[in-house]
Amino acid sequence: MDNKGFFGNWGGAYIPEILHQTFQELHVEYQRAKNDPAFWQEYLHLMRTYSCRPTPLTYAENLSNHFGGARIFIKREDLNHTGAHKANNVMGQGLLVKRMGKKRVIAETGAGQHGMATATMAAKFGFDCTIYMGEVDVRRQRPNVFWMEKMGATVVPVKDGSRTLKDAINEAFRDWVTNIDSTHYVFGTACGPAPFPEMVTWFQSIISEETKEQIKELHGKLPARIYACVGGGSNAMGSFYHYLDTDTELVGVEAGGHGIDSGMHASRLCGTDASPGVAQGYKTMFLQNEDGQMLETHSVAAGLDYVGVSPILSDLWEKKQVRFEAATDKEVMAALDLTMKLEGIIPALESSHAFVQAFKEAPTIAKDEAIIINMSGRGDKDIFTIAHAYDDPSWKEFIISRAAEYSSKS
Amino acid sequence: MQLEQILRQRKEKKDILLMTHIVLGYPSFEANREIVRQMVENGVDCIEMQIPFSEPMADGPVILKANQDSLANGTTVAQCIAFGAEMAATYDIPFLFMTYYNILFKHGEDRFFTEAKEANIKGLIIPDLPPEMGENFFRLAKENEIAPILIFAPTSTQERMATLDSMGQGFIYCVARRGVTGKKSSFGDDFNEYLARCRNATRMPIAVGFGIQDKEDIEALKGRADMAVIGSQTIRLVDEQGPEAVGPFIQGLR
Ligand SMILES: Cc1ncc(COP(=O)(O)O)c(C=O)c1O
Repeated sequence: MDNKGFFGNWGGAYIPEILHQTFQELHVEYQRAKNDPAFWQEYLHLMRTYSCRPTPLTYAENLSNHFGGARIFIKREDLNHTGAHKANNVMGQGLLVKRMGKKRVIAETGAGQHGMATATMAAKFGFDCTIYMGEVDVRRQRPNVFWMEKMGATVVPVKDGSRTLKDAINEAFRDWVTNIDSTHYVFGTACGPAPFPEMVTWFQSIISEETKEQIKELHGKLPARIYACVGGGSNAMGSFYHYLDTDTELVGVEAGGHGIDSGMHASRLCGTDASPGVAQGYKTMFLQNEDGQMLETHSVAAGLDYVGVSPILSDLWEKKQVRFEAATDKEVMAALDLTMKLEGIIPALESSHAFVQAFKEAPTIAKDEAIIINMSGRGDKDIFTIAHAYDDPSWKEFIISRAAEYSSKS
Repeated sequence: MQLEQILRQRKEKKDILLMTHIVLGYPSFEANREIVRQMVENGVDCIEMQIPFSEPMADGPVILKANQDSLANGTTVAQCIAFGAEMAATYDIPFLFMTYYNILFKHGEDRFFTEAKEANIKGLIIPDLPPEMGENFFRLAKENEIAPILIFAPTSTQERMATLDSMGQGFIYCVARRGVTGKKSSFGDDFNEYLARCRNATRMPIAVGFGIQDKEDIEALKGRADMAVIGSQTIRLVDEQGPEAVGPFIQGLR
């Protein structure tokens, strides 16, 4: 990051004047934490004792044999507390909030995993907490809404625009400019105005810090490739970070939705629908029309259903240091199904995108090479969406009878 | 003549100037035409015309909805610039564009400034473009003699105000309080102290906006600010009573 917050041509901090002072303070606090070795130690201690770090790196023997190519390893962010990589960022920012002396946190959420992690952190640290979530996402991620509320957070359904992640971000900014003195906005991904992209990446880099040790122990050398799904880009940046200066090939997988040529997807760096733009406080490749109005995006995975992407990834894309691919909704369901059946592991719909691309390439990679799939989260949260996609008869029967039970009582 | 000079001349004859705000294409360009006519005929001194954007981060619910509805009607940037040109050619007051940076960026900053100049637009308000991010923008503003209007906020330090003052032109837009557009502001001691800070930090005229709704608010600003900005209130009024209600409302403000 340069001193204006840019990574090559991308990033910056396009913020209203009212936020200027708060960002100055955030920059100072972030630099102070970064330069203080005790801060990272405190962070590691918290993640080891409160969350489940280091998360395991699992050798997926059955999947490896099935594809008959590279040895497939799965980084188990699903076993992190709250069930996704999101907690890595949130707990880190929580420690910063304590240092800054603020008492209230807000966050946007798409899949609900970031909101869930933020509500958890707020409960633990004693902060007030408000979560903004697009109305569409509230519906498709209902279990997470339930848990956020139970942990004491207020969940506000956002009814503007496309009623998904980008609209939740706008609404969180509106809250922030109103309550800056008391409130910190826990940005959930490696996007937004500087220093968020770099700061979120810093906290998420714990993933690749761990895998670098783990893969040497389990496989004796670095992996040939690493696959991560890309929504805003935080799990991708975290799982790539410590490999940026190695020979490992890094592959980001975006949401292909109904197909990259269908107009119904969220592929910004893979494909040709996106163009450079500035919104939500930063410059990156956005899915937008000729006039600069953001387009509707589509993905079966709420956490990938977003118009922008990390400016750091746009830079790495431009410099060809990361390759980008897309996985369609259909492919995602098939990869999820296979992973459950062969490994007894349930990846989130977001994470399943990374599995799709790894499965496509595994057979073409030599057997003595390893690949790592970053499994950003667990699929339990998606039970309604996945059951619906399976059109699962016994699940439907259960929902119908439970609904009848509730309606007869009311 | 440039914006600051125009405003100073108008101010010689009035104790406070009035700036109003419209969202282009909302509820329609037809209605915009009628609203602007009523504003000008009832003594408005300057009008900021917002080019709608799908992600209006600094706007509250009223203007947000107007942005979305306008875009849903199919409003384009080209239509907005053409409308601006028509208004500036019809009425003898300064017209400004207000929008978010992506609209200029995507249109091409050079092209946007050229077209805005041709349209005789006097200034631009871009709330998500702080001076640090706008090197090209400020150069083009100077070349095209279009005032880049910058914003002071209650959270701005003295040092920051000095920086903004050195980059901005036309006038300084002082945001009355924290938050987004639309909600009522209260003008207590803190506010007066803030406004005094603003006044000390610039030799340009100062405008006050965010949550100004009625005659009482404007009375409170006389002698302290050069211009009062009415934003969401006229949109609310048009929503409830139609464009005809704008004239009498403006008339009643001073
Ligand atoms: C499990 C999971 N994976 C991935 C993502 C996408 O976010 P990012 O690209 O920042 O990792 C989300 C976001 O909600 C998520 O919940």
